[in-house]
Amino acid sequence: MQPIHLAWVDYTILIAYTAFVIGIGFALRKYMKSSSDFLTSGRSIPAWVTGLAFISANLGALEVVGMAASGAQYGVATAHFYWVGAIPAMIFLAVFMMPFYYGSKARSVPEYLNMRFDGRVRCLNSISFAVMTVFASGISMDALARMLSFLLPWKNQLTIGGHIFGSYDFYLVICSAIVLVYVLKGGLTSAIYTEVLQFFMIVLGFAPVVWLGFKDVGGWNTLKEKLTQVAQNPAAIYLGDKSYNSDAWTSAWKPVLAGADHNPMGVGVFPMVFGLGFVLSFGYWCTNFLVVQRAMAAKNMGAARRTPLIAAVPKMLFPAIVILPGMLAVALAIMPGKDYRLPPVTISPTAMSRAVADVQAANPGNAATAYATIKTDAGQNLDQAKITAIITDNSAKPLSADDLNARLQDAVTDTYYNGVTLSLIERYCPAGLLGLALTALLASFMSGMAGNVTAFNTIWTYDLYQAYLAPNKSDRHYFVVGQSTTIVGIILSIFCAYFSSHYSNAMNVIQLVFGFVNAPLFATFLLGMFWARTTGTGAFLGLICGTCTSAVYHALTSTIAQPGIQGGYLWPVLGHATVPESCIMPSSMAQNFWLASFAFGVCFILTALISLATSRTKSDEELKGLVYSLTPKLKEEETHFLLRPAVLGTILLICCVILNIIFW
Amino acid sequence: MGLDIRWPIGLMFTLIGLLLVIVGATNGASAQALNINIDLIWGVVLLIFGVSMLLGAIAGKKQGPK
Repeated sequence: MQPIHLAWVDYTILIAYTAFVIGIGFALRKYMKSSSDFLTSGRSIPAWVTGLAFISANLGALEVVGMAASGAQYGVATAHFYWVGAIPAMIFLAVFMMPFYYGSKARSVPEYLNMRFDGRVRCLNSISFAVMTVFASGISMDALARMLSFLLPWKNQLTIGGHIFGSYDFYLVICSAIVLVYVLKGGLTSAIYTEVLQFFMIVLGFAPVVWLGFKDVGGWNTLKEKLTQVAQNPAAIYLGDKSYNSDAWTSAWKPVLAGADHNPMGVGVFPMVFGLGFVLSFGYWCTNFLVVQRAMAAKNMGAARRTPLIAAVPKMLFPAIVILPGMLAVALAIMPGKDYRLPPVTISPTAMSRAVADVQAANPGNAATAYATIKTDAGQNLDQAKITAIITDNSAKPLSADDLNARLQDAVTDTYYNGVTLSLIERYCPAGLLGLALTALLASFMSGMAGNVTAFNTIWTYDLYQAYLAPNKSDRHYFVVGQSTTIVGIILSIFCAYFSSHYSNAMNVIQLVFGFVNAPLFATFLLGMFWARTTGTGAFLGLICGTCTSAVYHALTSTIAQPGIQGGYLWPVLGHATVPESCIMPSSMAQNFWLASFAFGVCFILTALISLATSRTKSDEELKGLVYSLTPKLKEEETHFLLRPAVLGTILLICCVILNIIFW
Repeated sequence: MGLDIRWPIGLMFTLIGLLLVIVGATNGASAQALNINIDLIWGVVLLIFGVSMLLGAIAGKKQGPK
């Protein structure tokens, strides 16, 4: 990746977008009259808007970039994250759970938990969720600031009190300030409106890139042919040393059914369907307040239930915009004459200077040893043939520093998958379209921040502050608290951004923690909503044990023999230096999916058993509207048949199955 | 809630559409990708989208507050 050159039109689009989002904030300001308006949009938004915001809140730039990365690494099987890992859960939420969230008049997910169980579960959920959203917001900000400071570096630096502030800090502050302004003015509604804007920017910004990529490759059949070539010889474009069945990149189910060793993901059928398809996806879509909050902002029950269903339509079609680019990139890389290769990992400046020194000191007669030294100093895997060529050329006639830098960088064989999206944008976008695509990326990072900050606001103000710190104050009081929390939330996010920028693994660690917490959570909700006998003690202890199971499972398994951040750190404590063979998983995805399955299972069983052993604290009357069996069925005769959630849901499920069959 | 979201969406994309059409029409060679004047083509698409959004917003206003 090199810094990109932007033209006046690109800057204009960037600035116009920024002006629009701030303008939306100011335009909405006069409608913010109460804490409910600010934190929950006063429940007044039409279904198509909440539906698009629902899907947008989920679609952060990390997902856009990450899905292209996965599309390159795993092919069309990545679509499982959408077709298995999202659609069924969204339909379930709409048809079965939304009536409880919306009908109970809870203002947040933890508040529902309080009504259904008691304060302990609410407290646990609020705190873990609040911490997670602040970190998620910080990670979005960090990724955005890094991308901007790389693409549009600023030469100026500011020194204050011994600290040097450069591009990264500048962009971090500016972007946080923009988000702060529009959320402070317009609250949740601002965040929702900008999320819808972001949705259109992503679709309309990336569709031309995908279309151009498709034309470049030469159509779907050529794509399949090239991907088959890659599957038989991934090493040709540095995609690893194993070889897979020829349909590994073009078939979604066959490689998974063939078993964990036959597909690049390293995942078999059970962990895919149960771990991802059930536990993780239902755990996220049905309990994560960030998305559920958008549905709760709808103007009536029907709109609230249709929200996830409306969102499911673009979700089903998104693989074409986000996953396909990754597959196109891989096909392009193996086609000679296209002058494209998958972006390599960048050698850091310090490592580069060491490697350059090594090349200059190297002796062509001793190329093999020289190669080993250069590789260690560069810190990445390097192509031996290319390195030998560099050494030979350099000793014949010394190469310039720029030349050496470029050729060393080109010799890197580790692929930077997250760079695939940007590399395609660079390849295809002329000035104008470039501005649109980059602004789309910027938009999704910013709304990732805004969405998390608004969710944090509501949880803090209602579930922690009002519930435990200062109950029974006036609404005006909570309105002001909500606004102030926006500022605090952004500041905390900035700290989290700095924290995560120091650890290259921070993103992975946070994802891990999310997995720990989300996996057992769905068991709690499932039992709470469908079984009146579930008690508060059962739910609380079950949730804690489920989360501990996640931690223990991670501490006992790993993807490599060496204990570390990948897991397995309990073994040294038990007296083994390395992780035993039986506990090594084929991939971290496999590890996550199994972890989720176990955590869910433990939470479910323990919650049920402990509930049976403890007495109920709420009567049937109190649980009316909170539990399925105790709630009168909703009357839907006035709604047109096709618009009823159960009918719409079934139609969507059938479409989803058809997609799975087409890409079988 | 008060502000019809179709206004900002419509305005934004009409503006971007116009910009792309201008660049596509005037810049010829540098607006090309794979020998297609993508700026011009896509600019027109966005203009159509933006204007339909604005028409929707105007129709909504004529209908009066719901």
